[in-house]
Amino acid sequence: MLDLINVSYDTQIPNNVRLSSDKRVLKALEKWHPGYINWWNDLIPDNFQQSLVYLRTAVSVDPKGWAKFDYVKMPEYRWGVLLAPQVEDRTIPCGEHAGEAAWQEVPGEYRAMLRRLIVIQGDTEPASVEQQRFLGKTAPSLYDMRNLFQVNVEEGRHLWAMVYLLHKYFGRDGREEADDLLRRSSGSEEAPRMLGAFNEETPDWLSFFMFTYFTDRDGKMQLESLAQSGFDPLSRTCRFMLTEEAHHMFVGETGVGRTIQATCEAMAKAGIEDPYDTDAIRALGVIDLPTIQKKLNLHYTLSLDLFGQEVSTNAANAFNAGIKGRYMESRIDDDHKLHGDTYEVWDFEDGKLVRKEVPALTAINMRLRDDYTRDASGGVGRWNKIIEKAGIDFQMKLPHESFNRKIGVFADKLFDPDGTLVSGADYDAGLPNWLPTKADGDFIQSLMVPVYEPGQYASWIAPPKVGIDNKPGDFEYVKLHMA
Amino acid sequence: MNKPLKQHLIDPEICIRCYTCEMTCPIGAITHDDNNVVVDAAQCNFCMDCIPVCPTGSIDEWRIVNEPYSLDEQFGWSELPPQEEIAADGNGADTSIEAFDDAIAALLAEAHQGAGGKAKAPASAAKPSINLYNLAKPAEATVTGNFRLTSEAGDNDVRHIILDFGATPFPVLEGQSIGIIPPGTDDKGEAHLPRLYSVSSPRDGERPNYNNVSLTVKREPGGVCSNHVCDLKPGDTVKVTGPFGSTFLLPSDPDAHLMMICTGTGSAPFRAFTMRRQRENPRLQDTMSLYFGARTPEDLPYFGPLKKVPETFMKKVFAFSRQPESPKHYVQDKLRENADDVAALMRNANGYIYICGLKAMEHGVEEALSDIARSAGLTWTEVRDTMREDGRYHVETY
Repeated sequence: MLDLINVSYDTQIPNNVRLSSDKRVLKALEKWHPGYINWWNDLIPDNFQQSLVYLRTAVSVDPKGWAKFDYVKMPEYRWGVLLAPQVEDRTIPCGEHAGEAAWQEVPGEYRAMLRRLIVIQGDTEPASVEQQRFLGKTAPSLYDMRNLFQVNVEEGRHLWAMVYLLHKYFGRDGREEADDLLRRSSGSEEAPRMLGAFNEETPDWLSFFMFTYFTDRDGKMQLESLAQSGFDPLSRTCRFMLTEEAHHMFVGETGVGRTIQATCEAMAKAGIEDPYDTDAIRALGVIDLPTIQKKLNLHYTLSLDLFGQEVSTNAANAFNAGIKGRYMESRIDDDHKLHGDTYEVWDFEDGKLVRKEVPALTAINMRLRDDYTRDASGGVGRWNKIIEKAGIDFQMKLPHESFNRKIGVFADKLFDPDGTLVSGADYDAGLPNWLPTKADGDFIQSLMVPVYEPGQYASWIAPPKVGIDNKPGDFEYVKLHMA
Repeated sequence: MNKPLKQHLIDPEICIRCYTCEMTCPIGAITHDDNNVVVDAAQCNFCMDCIPVCPTGSIDEWRIVNEPYSLDEQFGWSELPPQEEIAADGNGADTSIEAFDDAIAALLAEAHQGAGGKAKAPASAAKPSINLYNLAKPAEATVTGNFRLTSEAGDNDVRHIILDFGATPFPVLEGQSIGIIPPGTDDKGEAHLPRLYSVSSPRDGERPNYNNVSLTVKREPGGVCSNHVCDLKPGDTVKVTGPFGSTFLLPSDPDAHLMMICTGTGSAPFRAFTMRRQRENPRLQDTMSLYFGARTPEDLPYFGPLKKVPETFMKKVFAFSRQPESPKHYVQDKLRENADDVAALMRNANGYIYICGLKAMEHGVEEALSDIARSAGLTWTEVRDTMREDGRYHVETY
């Protein structure tokens, strides 16, 4: 009887880590699995659980096998443990062990540090599903609903990926940490998620798109640096997760872009040229561009906080240990040890912001944040092309990184979005123009009406240019279960 | 002499610069600058590894060019250039790419020649995947069934073969073909080239939601591949390339009226069309007709199952040429008998004609269509060219 369960369970989980021959880990995962399914089932409203969603499932890690599309009920999604293929003779890419053979087992001296990194990464994955749990009820289309659920199931798979590492390499501590990943809960008083940005509810779809664009991009950067880890199983796990993460970037970038598109089209149709003619624009059932900018300001700055302190010994230690590399470490042309190198960071001296050279090793976070900002600015440029094409005089832009910060040198100081230090009175006066107000939130909320007809879209968002998996415009991405 | 080339491009308006394709490309043919992600035409070998990993679909863009766009040109784009008019010089230059293997593309071009011009896919057809697997990198399928469709008594051995791809993705649309690579080598000691077979199952599988396809294969005396395929047993594995073909496809529009004309194993794509429509829109009425020729009912593949398809769903007209004590009938005769229906379809802006079978049938059918058009006051070549340009006239003969 038990064997039967083992077999079906093992075939239920696509994996390329020989789970069936690793009885200890298999048993540990089997014990963890029911808790995961309960967590999932309690989370997402039941009628969506029963619906058939046109999802992409990874059945193997080679390019042709990892994007198999079919209708699936989410609880039956085949969450799997998939690692990118092992690169032969891979070496540790950075730090004091650079050039030595990559670790296939956890190096004892770095065990605690590694476990913490994996737990923090793992904690964000279920957190975002928790934050987005009710969005299905207000999906602007079946296409968007499908994208939301795709993001959700893949975040679930990423949790599996981290849990596998914990079970496989960290013994009892790992099992306890894996259980805690299901015990903590986004926004909970007694057991909140570990990082601040993951305890905020995602109240509406524009927030979801901004979240996937900005906050998931932090996740992508973290995965990029963990993919450079000298601990090979972590590197392989993260490399495969990155291919899935690209879809989340896509949902965010095109979601915001389509929102902007709908606004521009509605303005053109109504003959409105002034992007600040807020009431008239909102009356068209679209979100005015300045409000979209305010949402951008909020999500970008919240995401910057996720990179931690500009100067950090923790980050230096992780790099030096070869546990966590830099973005595209293997493509950087230096000695990968950073002895004697410097890097420019922001600092605050004598009441003024200054640029300061610090040892590069301590500025790893800052460097990753700079890479992040560069990566994030690309999409903003593409959004501006939509606005420019429509002939509207308005430009989205990333606020200065000092604005609205809670962590790092800018914390507790008042900057405007241009990076100018301002007085409390000026800050209070400016704030309604810089960050979304309650009234903005209420207005956006008023647009959040579900549209469940195939091929139809809510007023505030334009249809996508290309369907998922090349499907035609009126494809039924979700066959809704109507109880 | 510039031979027109197929160039792989990325749509900069849709690409989100995630660089997943660049990381995936096994030969480093994809690169980026601050503006765009681009494919180097000198390096790309159409392995297609980058296609499924792209989250946006922007990667699936192709242009036929005399001179490939350089990397610098591509870096400068903010949108894709339109497809330029490439003179059709009988060279097979064709903007709808049916296959990347030159040999296979040539085979399909020849098969489609009977349409009298450049084949075009129906406007509402699903976008096909092509060339996911090639000679260098074939897919492996397991045989799960091999049934004789024609009577044991006759010498005409046509078989229904079911291939299962297991966990290997093999998206194939009705009307597309796949290549089977026969084992062994030819007399020059080189591996055999794949032979093309049109799939006879719909896109969601011979069995719904199974990753399997069916083929309709006739045993040819001395045929290296057909004998290999006809002799396969359940559990055997075969090497498969493809899918191929991007024009002989089913319109997704349920209002499209289809007239399908075939002989023998030419029925394969039409079985797929019919099953697709039965699964998608089982309540459709009077939108399909099938003209099917064979020597005898025993020789006609799928005669039994076909009879079970209701006449209201699909009108079926059989033409038998070797029935004892009965005059010889060919499909063209049956077309003439139903001239009113055929003429009505020619006039219908949503009417589609498909012809599939042996080259030998082409002439007779074309003549019949031509006569029917004339009697209806139409000029066949004009009707044909309009329909073809519209993606509504399709010929695949071999």
